[in-house]
Amino acid sequence: MAIIRELKVCLLGDTGVGKSSIVCRFVQDHFDHSISPTIGASFLTKTVPCGNELHKFLIWDTAGQERFHSLAPMYYRGSAAAVIVYDITKLDSFQTLKKWVKELKEHGPENIVVAIAGNKNDLGDIREVPMKEAKDFAESIAAIFIETSARNAVNVEELFQKISECLAASRPPRHAFLSKLPEYNKQCRQIPPLENPEGDSNESFKLTRQAPPSSRRCC
Amino acid sequence: MEQDNPGSANSEDVRTNEASPVTCPADTDPLPVTCPADTDPPPVTCPADTDPLPSGPQSSSGCEEQGDVPLLENHIQSEETQSRPEDELEAGCPDVSTVTDCSTQREDEILEQDSAPDDVSGETGQSAPDVVSGETGQPANPDGEGHTHPDGEGHTHLLPERNSDSASAEDGRDDSEEFVAAMLARSKLEEQGLGTKGSSPPLAETGGPPPPGAHRDEDVTGDAWRAHRKHVFVLSEAGKPIYSRYGSEEALSSTMGVMMALVSFVQSGDNNIRSVYSDQHTVVFMTQGPLVLVSVSSSGQSEQQLRVELRYVHNQIVSMLTEASIARIFQTKKNYDLRRLLAGSEKILDGLLDLLDSDPSFLLSAVHCVPLASSLRDSLSQILQKAITPNLVFSILIARQQLITIVQEKTVIEDARLEPSDLHLLFNLIGASSAFQAGEIWTPICLPCFNPDCYFYAYISYLDPPECTVCLLLLSTDKEAFYAVAECKRKIEEAMMAQNALAAIAKAHSYSVSQVGVSDLRHFMYKPFDVPDNHRQLTQFTSPEMESPYSSEEERTRLLDLYRDLHSRIHSSSRPLKLIYHVAERETLLAWVTSKFELYTCFSPLVTKASAINAITKLLRWIKKEEERLFIRYPPKYSTTPNPSRSSRKAAEQHDSTDNGFLSLL
Repeated sequence: MAIIRELKVCLLGDTGVGKSSIVCRFVQDHFDHSISPTIGASFLTKTVPCGNELHKFLIWDTAGQERFHSLAPMYYRGSAAAVIVYDITKLDSFQTLKKWVKELKEHGPENIVVAIAGNKNDLGDIREVPMKEAKDFAESIAAIFIETSARNAVNVEELFQKISECLAASRPPRHAFLSKLPEYNKQCRQIPPLENPEGDSNESFKLTRQAPPSSRRCC
Repeated sequence: MEQDNPGSANSEDVRTNEASPVTCPADTDPLPVTCPADTDPPPVTCPADTDPLPSGPQSSSGCEEQGDVPLLENHIQSEETQSRPEDELEAGCPDVSTVTDCSTQREDEILEQDSAPDDVSGETGQSAPDVVSGETGQPANPDGEGHTHPDGEGHTHLLPERNSDSASAEDGRDDSEEFVAAMLARSKLEEQGLGTKGSSPPLAETGGPPPPGAHRDEDVTGDAWRAHRKHVFVLSEAGKPIYSRYGSEEALSSTMGVMMALVSFVQSGDNNIRSVYSDQHTVVFMTQGPLVLVSVSSSGQSEQQLRVELRYVHNQIVSMLTEASIARIFQTKKNYDLRRLLAGSEKILDGLLDLLDSDPSFLLSAVHCVPLASSLRDSLSQILQKAITPNLVFSILIARQQLITIVQEKTVIEDARLEPSDLHLLFNLIGASSAFQAGEIWTPICLPCFNPDCYFYAYISYLDPPECTVCLLLLSTDKEAFYAVAECKRKIEEAMMAQNALAAIAKAHSYSVSQVGVSDLRHFMYKPFDVPDNHRQLTQFTSPEMESPYSSEEERTRLLDLYRDLHSRIHSSSRPLKLIYHVAERETLLAWVTSKFELYTCFSPLVTKASAINAITKLLRWIKKEEERLFIRYPPKYSTTPNPSRSSRKAAEQHDSTDNGFLSLL
């Protein structure tokens, strides 16, 4: 019986760059042209054999929309790897990517493996982000770099393969352990900007009288 | 009362601006006349054929006399081309303050005669059919149901109908003239082949083409855009566009600017603009905190109903952002572009507006349950009740946008309750996006009626991929509870598997009206009321599938329009009714509200009043018999906290459950 190793991965990036499409291609080998924007975050799993182990990817596919931005820490804090996706045909999305890198550096877990994926590789003729620029940037932050096409199933599996190799090489057992425990609970108290900074209102549901103590905890 | 004159002035403005000929005077002039009067009109008189109008005799009757083909044609044309909300708005501008009170006028006009159940028959022929056939119907009416209810014929007056209603009580003598003119007009129409098959929806004046898929790219200057039956706009107080149902917000920024100008102009006079009426359109304004919502509708719905719809739109936005954060955002930055935060959510609002048009649960403010054997529903509830975790508040099982069961944490519900409208928003959210079909979703969501300022965290997952019909929704107050809640889903899934519950749910379909076994009954909507003692009961309604002749989209809309019309008259603020027997063109409807229930029925047109009442008795008996299957009698509860301290109260609750008001009347 092979060892099952759980790898928690989260996808970040601007809205519309194809995060969900990449995940959908990876998990279900399917591509939907009229995919709806993700709401909140979507949790999917996929197990792939890797050497004599089985790697079970626990994937958090986050929504790129601004209103969900504040929730991202919840997902990347416990992650072993973060895939930051940009759209090679949209320069803006590459700028957003840089912001994500910065945020991960500041608030993310220390050893998180970062992968940069330039999606929509099939639309090379309207490319706005030169491959070299992105690659150089990735190197500068020691990130995995790959250009993908969820539509044509190019490099999607490779992306996750690289991640699992990287994780297997660097720090094997720890993350498998981490991913099971919502450890990040302890640290993650970041208040989303959308919520009331005065705190509490976030939890002001009428859990009358015998409100469980845990509900008061947040913020 | 100062509203009257300005009111008319306003609509005149509108008219002139649109350069539409004839037809309209009747619409406006009577207003000043009737309004003061109708506050308390002897319900009386309206003998069956009164219908039409008088009152602004000079203009209106003049109009009617020549009211033959040219007039009608004109009218029809103008219907098609006139819908220019902007123009109306601009036109309304000078007089806005007047508009603030228009609403009352209109309701009065319509409802005048309705009060007593006895009037029923008189009423029937009268205002409602007017509304129905008056606007599009009459060309569509060559086979002349006129025989069955002579008053039905008067419908040929297109627009004047509203006023005529109100006027009728005061003055019946013009009727015959009126009637003749109308008949003439119609026969001419028929001669010219204009009176063709009755396919157009009764209240849809514009008859625009069915909305295409990609609304965002629509040309907002085109006629097709104007012809949409109902527009909804959302803007910020700074006049920034936030949402438009059709067309891109950028392209509409000047239109929205005008709307905002109207709103603030009236505000500067310490007043609030509520609505603007023109011949074809009702424009309703609603200010909610820093947001302004505007509905421009030619659907014939009442202002009240449109306002409820706008509230839904607002609540859906709140459900995504919370009221507190919207307020805060605009406090710090008045001209913030809220679309940044709503990006990607347009579909949800689009979906909501489509549902509002097509799903009567919004009209009734009640939840539609999947009919299910009570034993099955109970066992499903038990499964949900067992799979709990701290801070889990609601567990909801949904199939095809209808409720299977809902289980709730006891303490939360103590002081607040889950409103149907919050559930509708959840259903819409799930239905509007295919995003939920992949994996398990974890998203913050606010339930505005429950608490507009906080988020719940919703776990959403379909239990039967890839069909994706049965959806599980678990709401927690703990942002970090995903894994715990996902574990609950695992348990639920296993338990359901063990009982083969999915297959059983798949077999549960909505029922056919033929099961009731009452001939002539075509459709109904039945909503039992909560009894006050048990206010925690979820408001529900039941309704069979819409079958032939209402199987086409168009006919379905038409029936819903008829229901909406009955609903607005029953619930008119100025003159609420208890019973309406309404002989419409192609069906007969009966609406009845008691302290125990609200019922809308649709019969074939040949039904008599006596047999309809008989049928309703049978129907109520049938519902009583089936209520276990049709309704969730008593939403089960659980306690995620370990100390179920109030056992006495619990016992009391269970006791209550035996009598929760479903039909105890019968």
